Amino acid sequence: MTVVEESPRQDIPGVPVRIGQARGGPPRSQVLRRDNWRLQPILVAAGLLVFIGYSTWAALRNGDFYAGHLGRDYLSPYYSPCLTHSCTTAGYVWGGWSWWRISPAWLILVFPGAFRTTCYYYRKSYYRSFWLSPPACAVADAGSTNPGGVRSRYTGETLFPLILQNVHRFTWYFAVIFAGILTWDAIAAFRFPNGIGLGVGTLLFVAQAVLIWAYTLGCHACRHLCGGGLKRLSKAPVRHFFWKHVSTPLNHHHQLFAWCSLISIMVTDLYVWLVASGTIHDPRII
Amino acid sequence: MSVPTEPRTAGAVAGNGTAGAGAPAPHGTSATADATGPRQLHLQLWRGDADGGGFVDYEVPALEGEVVLDVVHRIQAEHAPDLAVRWNCKAGKCGSCSAEINGKPRLMCMTRMSTLDTSQTITVSPMRAFPVMRDLVTDVSYNFVVAARIPPFTPGPPEPDGTYRMAQVDVDRGQEMRKCIECFLCQNVCHVIRDHEDNKPHYAGPRFFARLAELEMHPLDTLDRRRLVSEQLGLGLCNITKCCTEVCPEGIHITDNAIIPLKERVVDARYDPVAWLGRKLLRRPRPAPASAVAVDLPVARGAHDPTIDGRSDPAVLGRNGRRSDG
Repeated sequence: MTVVEESPRQDIPGVPVRIGQARGGPPRSQVLRRDNWRLQPILVAAGLLVFIGYSTWAALRNGDFYAGHLGRDYLSPYYSPCLTHSCTTAGYVWGGWSWWRISPAWLILVFPGAFRTTCYYYRKSYYRSFWLSPPACAVADAGSTNPGGVRSRYTGETLFPLILQNVHRFTWYFAVIFAGILTWDAIAAFRFPNGIGLGVGTLLFVAQAVLIWAYTLGCHACRHLCGGGLKRLSKAPVRHFFWKHVSTPLNHHHQLFAWCSLISIMVTDLYVWLVASGTIHDPRII
Repeated sequence: MSVPTEPRTAGAVAGNGTAGAGAPAPHGTSATADATGPRQLHLQLWRGDADGGGFVDYEVPALEGEVVLDVVHRIQAEHAPDLAVRWNCKAGKCGSCSAEINGKPRLMCMTRMSTLDTSQTITVSPMRAFPVMRDLVTDVSYNFVVAARIPPFTPGPPEPDGTYRMAQVDVDRGQEMRKCIECFLCQNVCHVIRDHEDNKPHYAGPRFFARLAELEMHPLDTLDRRRLVSEQLGLGLCNITKCCTEVCPEGIHITDNAIIPLKERVVDARYDPVAWLGRKLLRRPRPAPASAVAVDLPVARGAHDPTIDGRSDPAVLGRNGRRSDG
């Protein structure tokens, strides 16, 4: 094996460490784990596939995403901000893109989709569950035990397209904008025809906004921008304050908020669809 | 040593449990004993070296309060005096007894038998990412070579009174990384080198990403190691599957508090045009690149034993990164 490192000093003798030789020990293809290590990647893959499947259906639906005609200012998160004429009553200044022919959800989903795709937690999830690289700790990468096979070489996130994971912080900027839009939707959900009110849908919108913010602000890129990139946090007390509170509990529970916010988006959209299509009536609490 | 090419049976080596059954219980603490005698533990230990080997069955009586290392020591004392096992403190602080117990990388001295399903056979095998020297002992020299490639802590000039001062809040982040006991379980479980041997020459691994993060966050350090960690130490190869965090016996959040912060710092340096523009406009002073002091790196320490590396044509990674003969 050729080693490519440049040497800072040529007069220092090499330390002999074998690379590329037989290691001994049990064969790498032999899984010695006794626990049910397949369960977690299967559950994660199932969860992500359900979300992808539901989101595809919701985006293709292109209808019943706004319940304004039934006296409820509920707008599906898949269609927020509202870009079409069908929800201009919601007061969105950007509504009324009559020239946009396909579902506006596709245009909207690009941004939160990119944020979640490049998210450090979701990367772990799909690398394990779909790439099987590795499927579980101490279980060999799929294909790595076949010398010369298609998966025998591993380059991680150093080459295109996975090197694009480094844009995560830029997707975070858009995620903050969308979290703000969903917050506005939650506020709008309090508007009823005869004033301020509270419906079951309102609670769902509020919960969704809270979870989205918890997930967005707990992002590792946010944590870095708050102060993680500093050498001396003591010299920047404001950034230290934000860094500390982003780190714990938000970043510490990033995985939890990732799933909860994902589920809340689906539940909110489903509820809006059921209300907007007239399938159910939204009970008013106050 | 003679290396078994096929797994040997218990009877061939350990008397199929009958030898262990009669062993006296230390201090009479055979709490699991009942009318039929002490309950038996079934273990499979890996015996062999880099050229081959296999699992060998052993049976010993169960004793209360033991850890896996205790059982391995009993096997060594009573059935297999030639069994090689590395250990030192038996307190989870020296990082010597790393192995894979039922396929999971763990410290043998910190794995209680009561946490394992002793109704089934327990396997103990050497760490898979490193060459087996003998039985449960692996050659972890690779890690020491990597360690020597990391430019050391380089403080700036002291303050006028000749001292250095650090705020506690600045020290706290790096303190977590200093809990590392260098058991190399994280290095072992990292699939980048565990499953892809060819990455070893240009990949530092989780333990040393933690070290690099500690240095990068150190309030007194003056070096910029971001380019080094990105281009030569393979940070981009890590796909943050968090296995290193899962196996760390010290509970260090290696991925969240070391690797991801390092990745974000590399983004600052290499992929973020906004950060680049900010540096240019604000004319922030740039820390010295790590290569500026690389010539002062200490000479690497590592295994020089010719019996380990004296093979006909070993491909070896040298301290200076060039191929050399063992």
